[in-house]
Amino acid sequence: MAVVTLRAPLRDRTGGTARHDLPGGTVGEVLRELERRHPPVTGWILNEQGRIRPHVLVFVNGERTREDTALGPGDVLQVLPSISGGRT
Amino acid sequence: MTELLVGTKKGLFVLRGDASAGGPFAIAHRAFPGDVVEFAMRDPRTGRYFASVTSGFYGPRLMYTDDPTGEWEQAVGPAFPEGTDTAVERIWVVKPGEADGLLYAGVDPAALFVSTDGGASWSLNEPLWEERKAGDWAPGLGGLALHSICPWPGDPQRLAIGISAAGVWITEDGGKSWRTGYTGLVPEYLPEEAREGTSALCVHNMHRAPLRPERLFMQFHGNVYRSDDAGATWNEIGAGLPSGFGFPMVLDPADPDSAFVIPLVGAEDRVMPEGKVRVFGTRDAGAAWTTLGNGLPGHEAYLTVLRQAFAGEGEGERMGLYFGATNGEVFGSGDGGASWFTVHDRLAKVHSVRVA
Repeated sequence: MAVVTLRAPLRDRTGGTARHDLPGGTVGEVLRELERRHPPVTGWILNEQGRIRPHVLVFVNGERTREDTALGPGDVLQVLPSISGGRT
Repeated sequence: MTELLVGTKKGLFVLRGDASAGGPFAIAHRAFPGDVVEFAMRDPRTGRYFASVTSGFYGPRLMYTDDPTGEWEQAVGPAFPEGTDTAVERIWVVKPGEADGLLYAGVDPAALFVSTDGGASWSLNEPLWEERKAGDWAPGLGGLALHSICPWPGDPQRLAIGISAAGVWITEDGGKSWRTGYTGLVPEYLPEEAREGTSALCVHNMHRAPLRPERLFMQFHGNVYRSDDAGATWNEIGAGLPSGFGFPMVLDPADPDSAFVIPLVGAEDRVMPEGKVRVFGTRDAGAAWTTLGNGLPGHEAYLTVLRQAFAGEGEGERMGLYFGATNGEVFGSGDGGASWFTVHDRLAKVHSVRVA
């Protein structure tokens, strides 16, 4: 099991829950499981091809990662929007 | 009471007001704050509202509701099937089809999606996607956009679509096969020797005249065109306009000789010519154009109106016309463009305008 933590507005699309314990061997598998359990978040973090969206950052234990990164038990995924200074 | 759906860079504004009273309209609701609303419309058959919403972080999505001031639900798709290695970047347009529950959506990268359940779920039109993969389709400045969808009244088998910059595509078998409609379009932005047979045709907007469905009007990259043979061949009709360049276009559904456009100076200077906000209309199929600017800013007004930011309501002399500019101003007319009023003057950059 990995732990996924979400902020608004993603948290609002998973029933208001910020912490999710989810199975999966990779970051992509865990995020797909999040979509399966909470369909309203489908397409928000991963695009339809399973890629992390360009302006979404996913960290594993504090290190930025990709969808094919392997996970171990207790790993913590944080999902955050990217910094967007300069854009109005 | 008229209800306008104004999609902006900062959300959807639902405006309500009385055109006969001369405006302004009131903001009844703002939905999707912080997100870009590329396009919003109401399906007149069901009363269901749709909004194409793009988050700078979380990507595009299509939302729908029966009450635009209430809760919205996310549709399943449009999304490319796994294995296509392609993701939807932007949903440009949603258009009702000619059968119960049938709707179309045009997206970037250029693809047509179809819903048969009233817009709740969407699937890719594979035959057109195969044409896109086989062809040398190139994007315009705004992306590779399927932005114009023209059903044939009463016949769900016939459809024409416009793509920037991949021309006109026509089906007569409900989307099972597609052919091009290029003849007569002149891509002046290409060297002469490169024009013959090119697919790099930058259609900016295209509409079908409902009472004469073999007639289509097009705002092309450098001129306005008309086809009287369902899109097979095209003739220039832009003489008399201050510029052939522009994006928005509206037809009077009761008058197959009518079209309204809002020209811009050109590709390198996308503002209204001479600093005057003007709509131009024809009611003789493009033989002559009338300036429609009474009540619009007439000097030092360098506005830009985007492709989907011009809409009509009703028909004839009492036809409503509404457009919004990138500076956040929205204008309206309740008399077919003879006179204009300010609908709202301080919204965000307007991406689309539709009458609900």
